[in-house]
Amino acid sequence: MTELLEKLVNSIGLLHVSVGNIVMMLVGAGMIYLAIRREMEPYELLPIGFGIILANLPLTRLMDLGSLDKTQVTGILGVFFHFTLYKWNILPPLIFLCIGAMTDFGPLIANPKMLLLGAAAQIGVFVSFFLALALFGFNIAEACAIGIIGGADGPTTIYTSAVLARNILPATAAAAYTYMALVAFIQPPIMLALTTKKERQIKMKQMRHVSKTEKILFPMLGSIVIILLVPMSAPLVGMLMFGNLLRESGVVGRLTHTAQNELMNIVTIVLMICIGASMSAERMLETRTMMILGLGLLAFCCGSAGGILLAKFMNLFSKDKINPLIGSAGVSAVPMAARISQIMGQKEDPRNFLLMHAMGPNVAGVIGSAVAAGVFIALANS
Amino acid sequence: MSDSETNIVAPMVGKVVNILVKEGDEVEENDPVVTLEAMKIEMPVVTPTSGTVTEINVSPGDVVEADTVLIVIE
Repeated sequence: MTELLEKLVNSIGLLHVSVGNIVMMLVGAGMIYLAIRREMEPYELLPIGFGIILANLPLTRLMDLGSLDKTQVTGILGVFFHFTLYKWNILPPLIFLCIGAMTDFGPLIANPKMLLLGAAAQIGVFVSFFLALALFGFNIAEACAIGIIGGADGPTTIYTSAVLARNILPATAAAAYTYMALVAFIQPPIMLALTTKKERQIKMKQMRHVSKTEKILFPMLGSIVIILLVPMSAPLVGMLMFGNLLRESGVVGRLTHTAQNELMNIVTIVLMICIGASMSAERMLETRTMMILGLGLLAFCCGSAGGILLAKFMNLFSKDKINPLIGSAGVSAVPMAARISQIMGQKEDPRNFLLMHAMGPNVAGVIGSAVAAGVFIALANS
Repeated sequence: MSDSETNIVAPMVGKVVNILVKEGDEVEENDPVVTLEAMKIEMPVVTPTSGTVTEINVSPGDVVEADTVLIVIE
């Protein structure tokens, strides 16, 4: 009888809550606050925040994998997490398919030079990679996963971590989504510091019209060329371009609509709550997580700076001046980073509209970080 | 169009969210006249000169191409 009573008392979760659990639940609540009150990346931060809270309630078995032999307490999040991320790693490429269906590559096609800005913004990826490897004692696979945070692309970060360094996936994902949500605070000081008022007032030439044929050829030729060069980028780039071809073909409206809406929403729900649920206190509250957050932030800042500096450099040679404010949009973070370029530009001159120009490096950044991920995966796996 | 008229055009493709002026309104240079949305971002379109609003060519909800005349000012 006493044994039974002891068991009953022990099954009460409250008695097993650690300080770490409370800290993480507060982090989760903070994300939910940012999502609801500040409307910062609500589609990501809200489910992640709630996932964190669930994950830090003790004795839930939510992340249990279950067994094939008998029905038992279902670890619903664990099953999702294990199969769709760890085992198959299909959610990030699926998100890329949807992003492809939502992305207009027109601004990039109209001004292919923007690809360079998207590439320059990947400098942060490599800076953090080398620092993580050389100074902070991470192994090469972990360093790759940390560096990719600088690409400011959530699905790419998750994808790379799942392939190369599962143990730090919760930390890299937390870093990527937090910094993307904070892009409005991180980028403007860097943009102001690296540009002059005169540069910020540069008005860019109106973009040329991009034909339908060009828009259809882009995903086809783009995927062939990129995947031939960096085969390991195929799951992300291939899906991105496939989604984009659906969109630009103009003949499969239903598929495009599903990719843009239902599929995107379903995958987002599953992926985000799983990511949140992976952030239990015992996995997050260690010094390495702090290093990852720091290195991720550094990667993000260097990437933003890289795009701006390259834009300034290109202006030395080019007749049609580029407003360097669009350089920072080369970190992907679509379309928030482009939005920051627009806001900063309009602050200097209310008649300056940089949004569409900033979309060029912005969408190039998506491709850039997927390619960087492919390069890293090939490197670390060989 | 006479010399004293100014066309305010859409700076990019987007959706008209709000018209901030009425016909006959006096506007100052850099006053916002239309709110345009693109990529889920709302942006004010401002007038390049001061004058009186004589024509409003769009209504909220319209999707406009770049260079569409939104408003005429005299």
